[in-house]
Amino acid sequence: MLCDICKKNPATVHLTEIVDEQMSELHLCEECARKKSSQMESQFGLSDLLAGLADFEKPSEEKELAALKCPNCGLTYKDFKKIGRLGCGECYIAFKKFLTPLLKRIHGSGVHCGKCPVKTSIVKPTRKKAVDLQELRCRLQKAVELEAYEEAAKIRDQIKELQEKENQKGPL
Amino acid sequence: MKIVDLLHHTSEWLKGTGPNSDIVISSRIRFARNIEKASFPHWASKKQSKQIAESIEEAAGKTEYLKRSTVFKLVDLDTVDKQFLVERHLMSYEHAQKTDSKSVIIDDDEIISIMVNEEDHLRIQVMQSGFNLFEAYNIINKIDDCFAKELVYAFSAEWGYLTACPTNTGTGMRGSVMLHLPALVMTRQINQVLAAIAKLSFATRGLYGEGTQATGNFFQISNQVSLGHSESEIIDNINGLIRQIIEQENQARELLLNQNRAMLEDKINRSFGILKSAHIITSQETTELMSLVRLGCDLGVVREINRRAINELFIITQPAHLQKIEDKKLSAAERDLKRAEIIRSRLNK
Repeated sequence: MLCDICKKNPATVHLTEIVDEQMSELHLCEECARKKSSQMESQFGLSDLLAGLADFEKPSEEKELAALKCPNCGLTYKDFKKIGRLGCGECYIAFKKFLTPLLKRIHGSGVHCGKCPVKTSIVKPTRKKAVDLQELRCRLQKAVELEAYEEAAKIRDQIKELQEKENQKGPL
Repeated sequence: MKIVDLLHHTSEWLKGTGPNSDIVISSRIRFARNIEKASFPHWASKKQSKQIAESIEEAAGKTEYLKRSTVFKLVDLDTVDKQFLVERHLMSYEHAQKTDSKSVIIDDDEIISIMVNEEDHLRIQVMQSGFNLFEAYNIINKIDDCFAKELVYAFSAEWGYLTACPTNTGTGMRGSVMLHLPALVMTRQINQVLAAIAKLSFATRGLYGEGTQATGNFFQISNQVSLGHSESEIIDNINGLIRQIIEQENQARELLLNQNRAMLEDKINRSFGILKSAHIITSQETTELMSLVRLGCDLGVVREINRRAINELFIITQPAHLQKIEDKKLSAAERDLKRAEIIRSRLNK
């Protein structure tokens, strides 16, 4: 079988495409398949999807957006919308206002409840506490959703205890 | 370790052992991690990327779990070597596309692989044979802790681990399970199952990850959401889903055996027959036929070969593996000949 595109080389890649609910088959040689796949990627990639999701800002915010730039790596918000990738960890702080709703839309939640890095000399030990507190709040919310009130009360007490401990130490 | 040494080794994920290994091929956990304040790989200068790679490789050297491991720099690998590692699931297809300051660190048992400067600075991956996400998690957690002692990760108390793409933010974790579901495909129930999986915000992919088609009844299922749930919650959710799919596949297998035993045995034995006698065979046809022979092994219809041997055949007949065995470049037509020859010699022993 020869390649459907160049009609010269033998077809070794077999693609099934679904366009407008119509299924069609394409038989391509390696070279044409490579071209086709990069074509498909440039037509529609994850960056488009992300940019679409992020595209909810109000017109009044346009000026603010145009000026947004990460002070650490120099990536602008416009760059982010174009490539769908952030430039560094600090971008999350620089674009916080617009990332908060985006993260919520992607994950259905905006708060981390998982692991945090083991302490190092540079990571402030207070970070660990902040995360503990957040994990507890997350669990509390879930317990309430599941109507597990006994469990919820226990978690609430743990949160209180942790907060009191922090307050005793004074401002962080 | 050299790339060619891997040829004589069975990857962890192909051992055909572990819980539910009749239906679950392998379980995999990956963590995405980045270094604080450093530009992510796509945005970093050459100099920055080089520094990052050096600091990660140095940290790897101090990691107990990587004592028996090798750093492969992508600049030192040719196209076939790179494809070879992709076929073994030791690195992603995307990682193989560019070479600057990119590397992959692989442990001798092929359980751990770490991609350096892929989409994120670090992509740590741990594989286990069979249905065993928690064991993979236990291992990766310890490796991650070792790295965190040497490197300062980009992390926020609110959003967790900060990643180049916001779809990975939070735990930075993706758990995926590779399933072999021939009976659900044959009984035409698979579309319903896949639709249900998508509704629950899980992703289904083919054998080789993002953007690949599911062939030969192999499906990879993984979590989409990484923020708002803890690692163990995410794993619990995947496990719950996978248990249900296993149950459904088992029911479909029973149904086929009870109602259509002769048809099923005919299909399996014909597949086995073609593999034993073909002189030209593509990798797609191989995967499809092997899938049926694997089912035959699980059901006791085929007794001459075991699951591990099928898995091994499956991997050594991949394009880059064939070229490594022959130690030269082969065209697609030459590969189809060589593939058939290897399969015949192994199955007619």
